[in-house]
Amino acid sequence: MKYGIVVNEGPYQHQASDSAYLFAKAAIEKGHEVWRVFFYHDGVHNASKLTEPPQDDRHIVNRWAKLAEEHKVDLVVCVAAALRRGIKEDNLAQGFRISGLGQLVEAGIKCDRLVTFGD
Amino acid sequence: MSDAKKFMFVNRKAPYGTIYALESLEVVLITAAFDQDVSLAFLDDGVYQLKKGQQTKGIETKNFSPAYRALEDYDIEKLYVEKEAMTARGLTEEDFLVPVTVLGRAEMGKLMDEQDVVLSF
Repeated sequence: MKYGIVVNEGPYQHQASDSAYLFAKAAIEKGHEVWRVFFYHDGVHNASKLTEPPQDDRHIVNRWAKLAEEHKVDLVVCVAAALRRGIKEDNLAQGFRISGLGQLVEAGIKCDRLVTFGD
Repeated sequence: MSDAKKFMFVNRKAPYGTIYALESLEVVLITAAFDQDVSLAFLDDGVYQLKKGQQTKGIETKNFSPAYRALEDYDIEKLYVEKEAMTARGLTEEDFLVPVTVLGRAEMGKLMDEQDVVLSF
């Protein structure tokens, strides 16, 4: 099955990004495709390359980037939500790209399932 | 329109206090621009999003409620309010900015079941 994922919360503060990541990983391991992950609301903070968690903690940003690289997952950050929160090309982590809300709608149209993680 | 999917936006949060309602509205408008079959559901504190007479000066945020009136310009006319949420908050249909269809919880569930994509904010 072709999945689209929406992440609506920032990393560390909220479990949404962790759950979305674990869901994506599990889906891929089961042979499904994760076509796109769309980061919206505070979810855009998952794409900040300035993120530096303590060494004994998971690196949520890099973990997404690694998953994307290994399995060709399209990581898209909403431009309007990003600019509002100070995320731009200058501080965008590797593996992510900034684009419009149309990419979220497209995921809804093209994927068999669109799964949202957030409050 | 034959290839259009049924998108339902489920609004569960008060209009201010968090940004969910405002940013949800932005997705709604974009989705309509993609010629999809769009409907909006208002549940829980989300019913307050449609309340008439919103005044935001005191909290220094933008009053975006007039945007709900503009929805019909985008051919978005399917607005559903959950009856239980509305009555629990002492509201009636007359309190809303725009015409809505009031549905009981079970009917709302049935409507959600008919959707292709449900986005909850």
